[in-house]
Amino acid sequence: MADKQEVLQKVQEILTDALGVDEEEVAEDASLVADLGAESIDFLDIVFRLEKTFNIKIPRGDLFPEDLLSDEQYVQEGKITPEGLKVLKEKVPYADLNEFEKNPDVSGVANLFTVGMIVSYVTDRLAS
Amino acid sequence: MAFLEIFMRWFLIDKFIEIQKGKYAKAIRNITLGEDHLHDHFPTFPVMPNSLIIESLAQTAGILAGYSEDFEQNVILSKITKAVFHRMARPGDQLLLEARIVDLRDEGAWLDASATVDGEMLAEASLMFVHWRGELPSGRPLSNFVFNEEFVSFFWANLAPPSIKEKKNSPSAR
Repeated sequence: MADKQEVLQKVQEILTDALGVDEEEVAEDASLVADLGAESIDFLDIVFRLEKTFNIKIPRGDLFPEDLLSDEQYVQEGKITPEGLKVLKEKVPYADLNEFEKNPDVSGVANLFTVGMIVSYVTDRLAS
Repeated sequence: MAFLEIFMRWFLIDKFIEIQKGKYAKAIRNITLGEDHLHDHFPTFPVMPNSLIIESLAQTAGILAGYSEDFEQNVILSKITKAVFHRMARPGDQLLLEARIVDLRDEGAWLDASATVDGEMLAEASLMFVHWRGELPSGRPLSNFVFNEEFVSFFWANLAPPSIKEKKNSPSAR
């Protein structure tokens, strides 16, 4: 069973390398986009590094469900629809959606992707 | 002229010395005072810009990634994860450019590259390339625009190291 603290430490190393940020910036509640300056291409890089470091396979859209945002059923007028929120909850059970639900603006989705979310995802994957 | 219009690229490597499919490549690039841009960078003190050193490394790494997949993918430089420069590159220097594949997968390629002059480290970089398989707005699939036919024939005629040319031409390899 993987120790969460151990996973956090490795995730911090990965993000330090992938995003060129200082290790102390990579706090558990830091948002990848807003706080650490991640861009879309970085998500591909992060997934690659997680797979390599933890020796797991992360199916596309499993950790960062970006395809959801281009589906009209789930996004209308720049907001995530109730159906979209349901899918988002299923797909990202690791993210804290309580605040987001009050204003489900598409631009806020990226802020759901935090360091802690990656740690929870990896810890679960290693445990299963 | 038509050839130039289609094909004119800014090559920042002169030739490959070695290419090992899926693994490693070594290329050279001679810096000369005949390059116009060096006269402005900087006036009275010519230095090859670091951005162009990155491009040299990216060409070495990108062509290695492309060759490893028989030039069938559009290999696009998408991220410079790391770039460290240890010294200046000046006219008369011969850059030895080396690239190593860290991983080559369906989505893209991850490589480490370095440039040395006379055994002295000049620059190190970690580069990420993606495989672009998009389609045009008309729905037509995107053809291979990175390693197009002109590039591939130019590569075999001018850039490829003798070792892989021999392999390509030997009947048993076909």
